[in-house]
Amino acid sequence: MIRFILIQNRAGKTRLAKWYMNLEDDEKQKLIEEVHACVTVRDAKHTNFVEFRNFKIVYRRYAGLYFCICVDILDNNLYYLEAIHNFVEVLNEYFHNVCELDLVFNFYKVYSVVDEMFLAGEVRETSQTKVLKQLLMLTSLE
Amino acid sequence: MPAVKGDGMRGLAVFISDIRNCKSKEAELKRINKELANIRSKFKVNLLSSNKYTEKQIGYLFISVLIEQNSELMKLIIQGIKNDLVSRNPVHVNLALQCIANIGSREMAEAFAPELPKLLISGDTIDFVKQSAALCLLKLFRTMPECINCAEYASRIVHLLNDSHMGVVMSASSLIEALSKKSPEDFKGCVSLSISRLSRIVTSTYTDLQDYTYYFVPAPWLCVKLLRLLQNYPPPEDPSNKSRLLECLEGILNRAQDAPKSKKVQHSNAKNSVLFEAISLIIHMDSEPNLLVRACNQLGTFLSHRETNLRYLALESMCLLATSEFSHEAVKKHQDTIINALKTERDVSVRQRAVDLLYAMCDRTNASEIVAEMLTYLETADYSIREEMVLKVAILAEKYATDYTWYVDVILKLIRIAGDYVSEEVWYRVIQIVVNREDVQGYAAKTCFEALQKPACHENMVKVGGYILGEFGNLIAGDQRSSPSIQFHMLHSKYHLCSISTRCLLLTAYVKFCNLFPEIKPMIQDVLNTDHNLRNPDAELQQRAVEYLAMSKIASADVLATVLEEMPPFAEKESSLLAKLKKSKPQQEEENAEKEKKARPSAVMANDSSSSTGVVSGSLVDVDTAQKEHTLSDVFQPSPAAASSDRSSVEMRPASTGGDPDVFNAVDYLKFVTKNNGILYEDDNIQIGCKLETRSNLARLGMFYGNKTGGAFTNFNPSILAGGSLGVQLQVQAKPLDAVVGAGAQVQQLINIVCVQEFTKQLIMHLQFSYHDKNSVQQSFDKCLYLPIFINKFFEPTEMASEQFFNRWKALSQTVQEAQKIFPAKNPMEKEAIRTKLAGLGSKLLDDVDPNPENYVCAGIVHTQSQQIGALVRLEPNTQAKMYRLTIRSSKDTVSKQLVELISTQF
Repeated sequence: MIRFILIQNRAGKTRLAKWYMNLEDDEKQKLIEEVHACVTVRDAKHTNFVEFRNFKIVYRRYAGLYFCICVDILDNNLYYLEAIHNFVEVLNEYFHNVCELDLVFNFYKVYSVVDEMFLAGEVRETSQTKVLKQLLMLTSLE
Repeated sequence: MPAVKGDGMRGLAVFISDIRNCKSKEAELKRINKELANIRSKFKVNLLSSNKYTEKQIGYLFISVLIEQNSELMKLIIQGIKNDLVSRNPVHVNLALQCIANIGSREMAEAFAPELPKLLISGDTIDFVKQSAALCLLKLFRTMPECINCAEYASRIVHLLNDSHMGVVMSASSLIEALSKKSPEDFKGCVSLSISRLSRIVTSTYTDLQDYTYYFVPAPWLCVKLLRLLQNYPPPEDPSNKSRLLECLEGILNRAQDAPKSKKVQHSNAKNSVLFEAISLIIHMDSEPNLLVRACNQLGTFLSHRETNLRYLALESMCLLATSEFSHEAVKKHQDTIINALKTERDVSVRQRAVDLLYAMCDRTNASEIVAEMLTYLETADYSIREEMVLKVAILAEKYATDYTWYVDVILKLIRIAGDYVSEEVWYRVIQIVVNREDVQGYAAKTCFEALQKPACHENMVKVGGYILGEFGNLIAGDQRSSPSIQFHMLHSKYHLCSISTRCLLLTAYVKFCNLFPEIKPMIQDVLNTDHNLRNPDAELQQRAVEYLAMSKIASADVLATVLEEMPPFAEKESSLLAKLKKSKPQQEEENAEKEKKARPSAVMANDSSSSTGVVSGSLVDVDTAQKEHTLSDVFQPSPAAASSDRSSVEMRPASTGGDPDVFNAVDYLKFVTKNNGILYEDDNIQIGCKLETRSNLARLGMFYGNKTGGAFTNFNPSILAGGSLGVQLQVQAKPLDAVVGAGAQVQQLINIVCVQEFTKQLIMHLQFSYHDKNSVQQSFDKCLYLPIFINKFFEPTEMASEQFFNRWKALSQTVQEAQKIFPAKNPMEKEAIRTKLAGLGSKLLDDVDPNPENYVCAGIVHTQSQQIGALVRLEPNTQAKMYRLTIRSSKDTVSKQLVELISTQF
């Protein structure tokens, strides 16, 4: 299962943090820093997977942003690697060429995208069409 | 689709720009606190109860992100969620479900878990609500597994796998995967439904599934989920399910070889996520040789793929294939590629996987090559993985050694190139093996000697060299180049560069030289005699120097030879190297326990009949304690036999046959382990009987003294000895007796005993009186007797069903909690006799619990005043070998050990 999802920029600023396990605030902060430290040192020749404490991080970099998903050791790496990409494509479609600032200013919308696609640490919906349709419906309620 | 760059939230934009305008951290904090206060006050108007979607969404978002689980507001929130759950607006229901899934507290589990399954399986619930409901239930199940009644809803939940909406199937399969781990029987219907669903996806073309096709791959995530769910169950037995599943797996393997439909990495990733999961399932089934070999070949092509991810995953997956007997050989074909990965991969985690795979695929045929390659790699290996590599090399070298000189060479080379990473376990182990194998001792002494001659050598080398030369230096002393004095000077040249603990070890080696080579004794005495050693601030070092010096001066050659005799072989146990390796990767080992069992070679050495000592492997820490055995403080202590003649400290050793000479029932008192009354002692003059009743941690022992003589006993005085720790562990109170026992009379004495803590020693009755013998000469009777009070007398029998028994058995799996003994049968192995004895033990003899009807299991709780200790007993008779294996598991190690000692005397 997913333990947390983090979106960070290269400087280590958190753009989204979604936790699927109960943690104290300072523990969360520690994890955020550790993830940043172990992901940013890796280059293109490295894998998209890093062992992390008793878990592993599956991550992918898009321009200046790192999308990281922390999952259990025995989970399927590529399953989550493509879940990240699927998520990014939805964000891109929803925000029309998503950029870092969209995530900052519309963080509450990003949370609802996350909740449509991931819930309780599991992948909830993978169909981009279905997710976008639902998001559009919700937007129309605003 | 319109852009949604937000303006609906003016307050938020203002807040953000305010924050940006803040000049200092403090100002920022102030602004945030103001906003938080606003938010709190807004709760009064209650965002949740708003009917506007935006307000409700923001309300839920704040709750999910900002509210602490134990907030006082939780009650209000739960009420708000309750209202939304019954709303007719599915969007509101969905928001409420997502909120429950995000917070998922116990309070919520209690409030919502009973209702959620109904929502999930109701025909009226619309799809996106069902999706959320399934995952919401999963979250509550993880928070509080007992909150869901699986049996009641299982079959209807399983049928969600047939749902026409793939998103619902996806969520349901996540839920079922978790629930079926808890109650596999309730959910076993999911096997055939998963297989048919999987088969429909795998045989579909990418155009069939439209929304759920991702880069030309049909529903990759769902496929992975279904394949994973199937790994919770054994391979299907039903032939049609089985053949359908095999078709799916073959189909997935076939597609891996198709030309890619897109050059995009997303396409190959999605396709391969399914492939890797299918391979996991094939390995899990471990029954289809053909598929296992095909999987291996497919992974083989990935080993040289340009994508680092794929090379990494292929190495990881092959590691498991190497442990299957069907694919082990197929993996070995790729040995060269794997070794090459070790040398050329840029990402250390990929090299680590290569090391793991080499370790897993190692066997007798390739051990020497793999060990050599690992040693070469070790010289340049990343620091983070060196220690683990050292362990692995050491284990492989031991496991596959056909020639122990090779083993010694490998370990010494390990110390040379990675000395800092050689843990104690590793160098203890090489010493054990050399001590236990006569054929390699001379070679080890010679090689150590040569290694120590090099100008720079690692301290671990000094330790091994010191120990080996101290034991076996005599084997090479004939050679002029390694004469006793050269050996000694060479060791001593390292002395001042070493840590205290190594110096202590060297001192022991020196004193052993005193025995091996009397001619250099004065040299050694000089060294011991320096202030540096005799007055060393380290107590251990000083003590050794003082004691060794005194011993070398006082003791005769014979005494020296006895005290400093060659170490006896170490006892046979599993190598602690494996334990150490497991400890370094606790999580994986646990989850992977089943596979690991096959993956890790067991490090107990193969028995080699050519060796005269036989092969024994022992606990490594023994080396250390064994060394200390030879310090004088122990040598000059009274022997155990002498100590036990002091009545106040008699120690019981039930297993020993002789017992204490002063205790007159030392041989047969053990019969009282399984019975409560009988004759404790009898001679021409007196008969002593006993009758024991126990309840919980209390015991009442009735003693009957029968005077068989024609005269009275005078000064009749029974007293109870509970020396040392026993005095604390048991409270004993004996009723006073008359000092005269008339001729032919029998008197009774009651002794009350409270078991305060568990105990291992035996209560002793010291009985004194005067009597007249046949010739009317006054005699005095003065004897000690063991009383029939054993730890098992405080057992309370516990009834248990089979499942419960084995759950507890598994729960008590730490090594210290278990005690085991294999022993030969002293009595005929008759079922009824064994049952009678076990029943007399006080615990409950459980029928129909052990799957093997020949075995006996019992369960009970040992009651002491301070605590209750659950204990499980398992006795496995082997009638052919006339042996028993007895295993006790209890929550207290001393109790396990004591029970094994006691019970093993009974059969």
